[in-house]
Amino acid sequence: MITVNSIFKKFGKLEVLKDFTLNFERGNSYAIMGPNGSGKTTLIKSILGMVLPDKGEILVKGLSIKGSNDYRKYLGYMPQIGRYPQNMKIGQLFSMMKDMRPEIKTYDLDLVEAYELDKIKDKSLGTLSGGTVQKVSAALAFLFNPEILILDEPTAGLDPIAVEILKSKIKNEREAGKLILVTSHILSDLEELTNHAIYIFEGEVFFNDSIESLKEITSEEKFSPAIAKLMQWSLKKKSTTKAMTYA
Amino acid sequence: MLKLLKYALYDILKSRFALIYTVFLALVAISIYQVSDDLSKVSLSLMNIMIMIVPLISAVFATTHFYNNLEFIELMLAQPVKRSQVFLSQLFAVIIMLSLSILIGFGLPMMLWGADSSLITLLAVGIILSAVFTGFAFLASVMTRDKAKAIGISLGLWIYFSLVYDGFVLYFIYSFADYPLEKATLALVMLNPVDLGRILMLMQLDISALMGYTGAFFQKFFSSSMGLLIAGGTLMVWMLFPNFFALRVFRKRDF
Repeated sequence: MITVNSIFKKFGKLEVLKDFTLNFERGNSYAIMGPNGSGKTTLIKSILGMVLPDKGEILVKGLSIKGSNDYRKYLGYMPQIGRYPQNMKIGQLFSMMKDMRPEIKTYDLDLVEAYELDKIKDKSLGTLSGGTVQKVSAALAFLFNPEILILDEPTAGLDPIAVEILKSKIKNEREAGKLILVTSHILSDLEELTNHAIYIFEGEVFFNDSIESLKEITSEEKFSPAIAKLMQWSLKKKSTTKAMTYA
Repeated sequence: MLKLLKYALYDILKSRFALIYTVFLALVAISIYQVSDDLSKVSLSLMNIMIMIVPLISAVFATTHFYNNLEFIELMLAQPVKRSQVFLSQLFAVIIMLSLSILIGFGLPMMLWGADSSLITLLAVGIILSAVFTGFAFLASVMTRDKAKAIGISLGLWIYFSLVYDGFVLYFIYSFADYPLEKATLALVMLNPVDLGRILMLMQLDISALMGYTGAFFQKFFSSSMGLLIAGGTLMVWMLFPNFFALRVFRKRDF
């Protein structure tokens, strides 16, 4: 459903994505992992069209996203840190977002109801706590019932009850056959929510397969030790390549 | 586009700044009207204040507005709308707000105590200068990633066009005082939107007689329809070119 075809992205001298190729299929839920600064957010922002790759192309539903904006109606995006206009009220934000996609008439209000956002709809977004902003972001991402959900650190900053609500919502959507991309550093969440692991290291795909085969390859029974092993391997690979360049 | 503009305008008109700016301009205009009954003196004083204040406020406000609204811009970029529309809606919202402030702040006292053609020109020049410096400010904002740097560049442009450039022109005129300089000065004026606006207003007053032979030449040039067309066209270019470049950079920018 989403094809990332050998994209390159440099920020100044820093190469964030190098010849990056990935495929995301409908009905799967992908865990995108990697150390800080490995290029996870850049990848997500490239798919959203907020960051424009230097080279390569990204296809959503078979069409190149370059110069297009229409494809974004298939995407629901929950940012890592939701940043909204400070003067706007929650209710106004929701009606504005609905106004942006006038062709969609039925809304998915599950999270709005579960988080009781209706009760605080007259609060300005500037006065909200970090967790409430995350709730708003989550509710907005699911509002239009999009076919593709991109969740950047969805559980960060939410209280345990809110996390459980969000997780069960994500699981429901996954069973409904949607494509879900999740980045997180909380491995237990990823294990629960996803069936496919992608490990990015220094702008390259280091591992890309199902979670079962990840466990098999690393010969670990649990998810977190498997990932830990993967991280060790990636660091080892880095030191060997370094040694080679010094030689 | 109109929808985006509606929300951008709603946000900006509700801000405290729009109100403060309008009240400030109105107070300036009222106090000047109180001091003098002579309309041409009023418009000269208003012009001197406006030509300094309006570009400064436009440059600083537009830069801070862009950075304060980065969240809104990022939110919109993830929606199925065109990048150029997101940019233009923000740009037009700022220009409309600044223009409305001038129209209300200066216009209301004018309606109360009378106005002549020079004061109408003053309003037009104020709006044009707002648009020009909003363009510079947006250009500075899209080309940097740091609010302080962008404000610095905007302020630098304001200092250049309002103060430094005039120094250059004076130095040039004194150095070449032995040569006929009317056409060269005219060309130099065209290269600075602030000066162009100032001259356009001065030509509406009868004080150009005080400016010697160059003044007479300017009077002749700016009262001919050809001259007005050229001056208007040049101001148009000054309005369009920074905004156009800002739009181009915005379309290629990473967020």
